[in-house]
Amino acid sequence: MPRTPALRSLASEKALPYWLILPTIAYVAVFFLVPVVQALLLAFRTQDGQWTTRFLVRMVQDIQFVSALRFTLLLLAIIVPLQLVTALFIALLVNTRFRGSRTFLYICAIPLGISDLAAGLIWFSLFTQHGYINSFLYGLGIIERPIFFLSAQNTGWVLGSIVLAEHWRATAIVLVILVAGLQMISRDYLEAAEVFGARSWQRLWHVTLPLLKPSLQSALIIRTILALQMFAVVVAMGGRMVPVLAGEAYYWYYLYRNTNVASAYALLLMVISALLAWGYLRFLRPREVRP
Amino acid sequence: MTFRQLQRRFLLYMVVVVIALWVLVPLALIALAAFTPRLELYQWPRPVLPSGFSTATMSFFLRSYGTLTSLRNSALVALLTLGMTLAVGAPAGYAVARYVFRGREAFRIGILMTRMFPTSLLAIPLIVTFIRWQLYDTLIGVAFIHTAMALPFAVLITSGIFSGVPKELEEAAMTLGCSRLGAFVRVALPLALPGLAAAAMFTFVISWNEVFASAILTVRNRTLPAQVLTSLEVAPLDFRFAGGFFMIIPALIFMALARRYLFQMWGGAISER
Repeated sequence: MPRTPALRSLASEKALPYWLILPTIAYVAVFFLVPVVQALLLAFRTQDGQWTTRFLVRMVQDIQFVSALRFTLLLLAIIVPLQLVTALFIALLVNTRFRGSRTFLYICAIPLGISDLAAGLIWFSLFTQHGYINSFLYGLGIIERPIFFLSAQNTGWVLGSIVLAEHWRATAIVLVILVAGLQMISRDYLEAAEVFGARSWQRLWHVTLPLLKPSLQSALIIRTILALQMFAVVVAMGGRMVPVLAGEAYYWYYLYRNTNVASAYALLLMVISALLAWGYLRFLRPREVRP
Repeated sequence: MTFRQLQRRFLLYMVVVVIALWVLVPLALIALAAFTPRLELYQWPRPVLPSGFSTATMSFFLRSYGTLTSLRNSALVALLTLGMTLAVGAPAGYAVARYVFRGREAFRIGILMTRMFPTSLLAIPLIVTFIRWQLYDTLIGVAFIHTAMALPFAVLITSGIFSGVPKELEEAAMTLGCSRLGAFVRVALPLALPGLAAAAMFTFVISWNEVFASAILTVRNRTLPAQVLTSLEVAPLDFRFAGGFFMIIPALIFMALARRYLFQMWGGAISER
């Protein structure tokens, strides 16, 4: 190809990409590093600059702390595996490319655009005292009086309702990541496996799932970290009946105007997020796929 | 088609319909609740289908104190976020798509990592910083943290979009006398426009939907989700249902328009295959 002046200038634009990514790097540096440092200072330093663990102690000794930690981890342990299985099932279903599968995929992805607060309110309209589920059960003649799904006496029901709402709302994120991953798997591998006589479940277990592992890992990390921040769904459905860590961070500022303890909660959540992400990256490392 | 195949197909579509209904029915029900006559929401036994169509619930919500202002605030914050996110993120997306440079892979992985960071929690330490910078309880302040949330997605989507515009077209424009910038503006940009519009819509939705940071960083200048959240304690049922329904409408419209680009936003794994 003849090297015209214009082409030469394209080749000599060595510095340009760095200029183009600079704003993003600068923005991330300011809006991530500044608050993280600030959070450390708020959580571990008093007004007059003394280092202290007072706020940490105050957080841990708070009556809501242990139950918030317990409920957060419990919800995480129930919701994440449930969503992973559901999303994987739907993704594999979509991947069979039956007629109408595109439409089906988009319908399943709808909740991705719905805010957690709106989702909480939607499910509140189902589970509340005179809500749809009670009306429906009454219509079928199963109950006479409404069941109080969302009351402090029935933490189990509240928890179950939150799990359903979160499952409805956030499975789509996992689904989209997995579908994107499945689309990148070359059909050649599956055809080769078929030629060698692998049954469909063998192809799934020995070919598709190992190749999907990076996407599964991403989906797990993203979903786990989002589940740790679970807040508006819980508040919309149960107020503070089922306390969660992000909710406590919010209340410590919103009700008590205590940025120190609120920051301690925020830091705790960041540390748990980082640990879990590290764990997933370390222990779910995709193995080399040997030919 | 054999009987067995027919049976399997029937089973497949049964499962598909059940899952689709699981997603769609709650949406239909909140819409129904938002247009049910107000008093009927409190009745027991309450019929599943309302006796008639009523806009009283919606107009009660819209006339409630603070709703319209917060609606305007939400729209403004979302537009500010959209502008800042694309201005900062799109050049980076272009760089990742067009150039091979040292550190590109590190940058890409860094972006994927920030996508996983619990960004909304940063709102709490930002209270202090924002008070110092006089950004606390301002719309631009909320837009700043929303931009931090949307930025990784914007970089990923725009890099996907610019990868789809052949480099050769820009080079051809330059051999025909366009400057570097001219080639971008006249060739790459028009071709990337639909994708960029989709990226803009996603950014808008991220900001429109965000609750936690908005509720923490505002007092009087609340966005719609923050306004609804902070009124929950005192809000009657009809306010909540109408609010829930109202919040999801723009999100649903944008999602429907931009659905093809969903996968660029969420695809991409940290570990290489």
